[in-house]
Amino acid sequence: MNKNLLSINDLSREEIESILVTAAKDFLELPKRDIKKVPTLRGRTVIDLFYEKSTRTSTSFELAGKRLSADVINVKADSSAMGKGESLKDTVLTLNAYGPDIIVIRHPHVGAPAFIARYTDAHVINAGDGKGGHPTQCLLDIFSLKQEYGELDGLKVAMVGDILHSRVARSNIAGFRKMGMEVTLIAPPPLLPRGVESLGAEVAYSLDALAGVDVVYLLRMQKERHGDSGMIPSLREYIARYCVGRRHISGDQRVLHPGPINRGVEIEAELADSGENLILQQVEAGLAVRMAIMYRIIVDSAAASAEALEAGAAGEDRADADIKNIRAVG
Amino acid sequence: MKATIAKKGTKATMTIRDAHLFDPVQGLDTVTDVVLEKGMIARIGKSAGGGKDGRVLKADGRLLLPGFVDPHVHLRAPGREDEEDIASGTRAAASGGYVAVCAMPNTDPVADNAAVLQSLIEQAEAEAVVRVAFMGAISHGLDGERLSDMWDLADAGAVAFTDDGSPVDSGGLLRAAFRAAELVGLPLSLHCEDRTLSDRGHMNEGGVSAELGLAGIPCVAETAAVARDLDIAVFEGARVHVAHVSCAGSLGIIRAARDRGATITCEATPHHLLLSDEAVRGLDTGFKMNPPLRGEDDRRALVAALAGGTIDCIGTDHAPHAGQEKEVPFEEAPFGVIGLETAFAMLYTELVEDGDVPLETLVTAMSANPARAFGLPLPAIAEGEEANLCLVDTEQEFNIEPDRFRSKSRNTPFAGRRVKGQVRLTIAAGRVAFREENV
Repeated sequence: MNKNLLSINDLSREEIESILVTAAKDFLELPKRDIKKVPTLRGRTVIDLFYEKSTRTSTSFELAGKRLSADVINVKADSSAMGKGESLKDTVLTLNAYGPDIIVIRHPHVGAPAFIARYTDAHVINAGDGKGGHPTQCLLDIFSLKQEYGELDGLKVAMVGDILHSRVARSNIAGFRKMGMEVTLIAPPPLLPRGVESLGAEVAYSLDALAGVDVVYLLRMQKERHGDSGMIPSLREYIARYCVGRRHISGDQRVLHPGPINRGVEIEAELADSGENLILQQVEAGLAVRMAIMYRIIVDSAAASAEALEAGAAGEDRADADIKNIRAVG
Repeated sequence: MKATIAKKGTKATMTIRDAHLFDPVQGLDTVTDVVLEKGMIARIGKSAGGGKDGRVLKADGRLLLPGFVDPHVHLRAPGREDEEDIASGTRAAASGGYVAVCAMPNTDPVADNAAVLQSLIEQAEAEAVVRVAFMGAISHGLDGERLSDMWDLADAGAVAFTDDGSPVDSGGLLRAAFRAAELVGLPLSLHCEDRTLSDRGHMNEGGVSAELGLAGIPCVAETAAVARDLDIAVFEGARVHVAHVSCAGSLGIIRAARDRGATITCEATPHHLLLSDEAVRGLDTGFKMNPPLRGEDDRRALVAALAGGTIDCIGTDHAPHAGQEKEVPFEEAPFGVIGLETAFAMLYTELVEDGDVPLETLVTAMSANPARAFGLPLPAIAEGEEANLCLVDTEQEFNIEPDRFRSKSRNTPFAGRRVKGQVRLTIAAGRVAFREENV
């Protein structure tokens, strides 16, 4: 892995597979043990910096850090100095002074993780940046699919719903394609971005297109981002055409959803409660995958700097230069 | 007094020897000497000899051009003097070869009444090293609802009216402004944008915005407004300048309105001529401005329209912003980039050297055309004219280094570019406004 996980595009297919092996081998079974903690990141500090409301992602990262024995600090926007007019840059410079090993950031604006990476020596993990991306969600989804299907090459996935406002869609289209899957987007035109063809997915306007796929990936309707005038004629009309229920799902199709789910909007309650969906497996996978990411981001970079040391003075110079650069930027 | 400059320092008396005089309006394209006496061009011609008591400047064949005129700058005074003021903004202009700039009225307070405009003119008379022409606001406080004191502003010296930074949303108010402007014979400069279409966007809407997940500003937000605004202008027989054209679709609308008899000038910025929305991928806030960088097809269409004459002016839309305001995630950053100190070198290097736009077209679009559009003194290289010139070096390459800017701000999209066309000397209204060290 690179120093940071800012985008799913930072990872090659091989790196993704290797992280998922780590997750499955070392961490997936951990919650079933009596002692759910391993000493892997003992003495390390993880700061979870959340500028947006989040339940599952923040819980998952916090628990992942704690089960790795790291010291985990949660900083939430509503209780931080942000409300006192401090800029993101200054908040990160301040946190950096505590010498954290990892900063996990959730932020309402695209590119915020890359932005803060300029001001900290810590590894930065993107836990969702506006409508930009959500790479750890993508990894846990790939993990869940791998657990369920084994082989991913050629798997057909339909992503259904509010594509326009979805960072999950953006990361997952890229990630799924990287793993050899084919992606079809199903949404009404107002909920698809202009220029959607550049994302590399097929587009369909009707749930009829579910017929040919293996996996149905539902997205939450993000009404809060739709503005005052709205983007669709009405929620009632949307639900009539795009809410997915058991009748849309055939025998061996599996349903995923990144949560939080809106029962009766994008997913019918009966489907949400049925065995056809992998929603809770996704949550379980999230914990294991995030543990694997935090572990690997520390270990891989330690290995990389050890290699650099072995490579001699040149490597040290580079590391020194990196640190100086960070200070200069700060 | 329509365009103001500080009358401090002495008027230039010097001989510029072996300069490549290039003034398309005067039909001048020759290597010879120019003798300046007390700020006036006294003689043009070989072995004209030294001026009476002046010194000799060896130009060594470098280009001597009519000084540039920028129809669109934000000097940020009054209100944001931490970002720019009249002194720093005009020094930046001079170092870019400009001899005159048009300052926008979206200041704090807004230049929507004679008192604010008068105090700005007085400030320019004390501080400006190049001519500053001020535009007055169209609407009171840029509220888009009530006309500003347009006639008082005209009497106080405004050269045009604009709500730049904001469009005039109401067609009715725009029509009223055209009619009011007719009494005083001044043009309107229009920021054409339908804000219900650009709503909450941060960059051009297209493939790149889809990939990044940024809300888009579609081209139709500009073209729909250009179409409406020019329709009203044609109906009223008004004179209008279209600011910062960014979309191919606007060009046909402008041509069609001209065919219907309207008097229309329009500008494109260096950044819209040279950059596309691909530049936004890195989420560098130095590439965030409104209108946004468009697709490559739009960019090419703008270049062709400059070469073909549809776009007749270059305006930088010089928009200084404090460092801390741009050192934020892309969506939090304000719109705007600076351009006075990089315009000629960037355009010369990327468009003239590459053969896309003839030098004479670029020079005319940067000098005579904007001067005529807003009734400013025409910079001309001719005997008996006031000296408004710049000497540029089109041989020596240099790097654009924001740390060396005279502007108080650094928000350029061209940092680090290797270019030709460095300005060595600028004489504005007969006085040396800028001189590169060792010239």
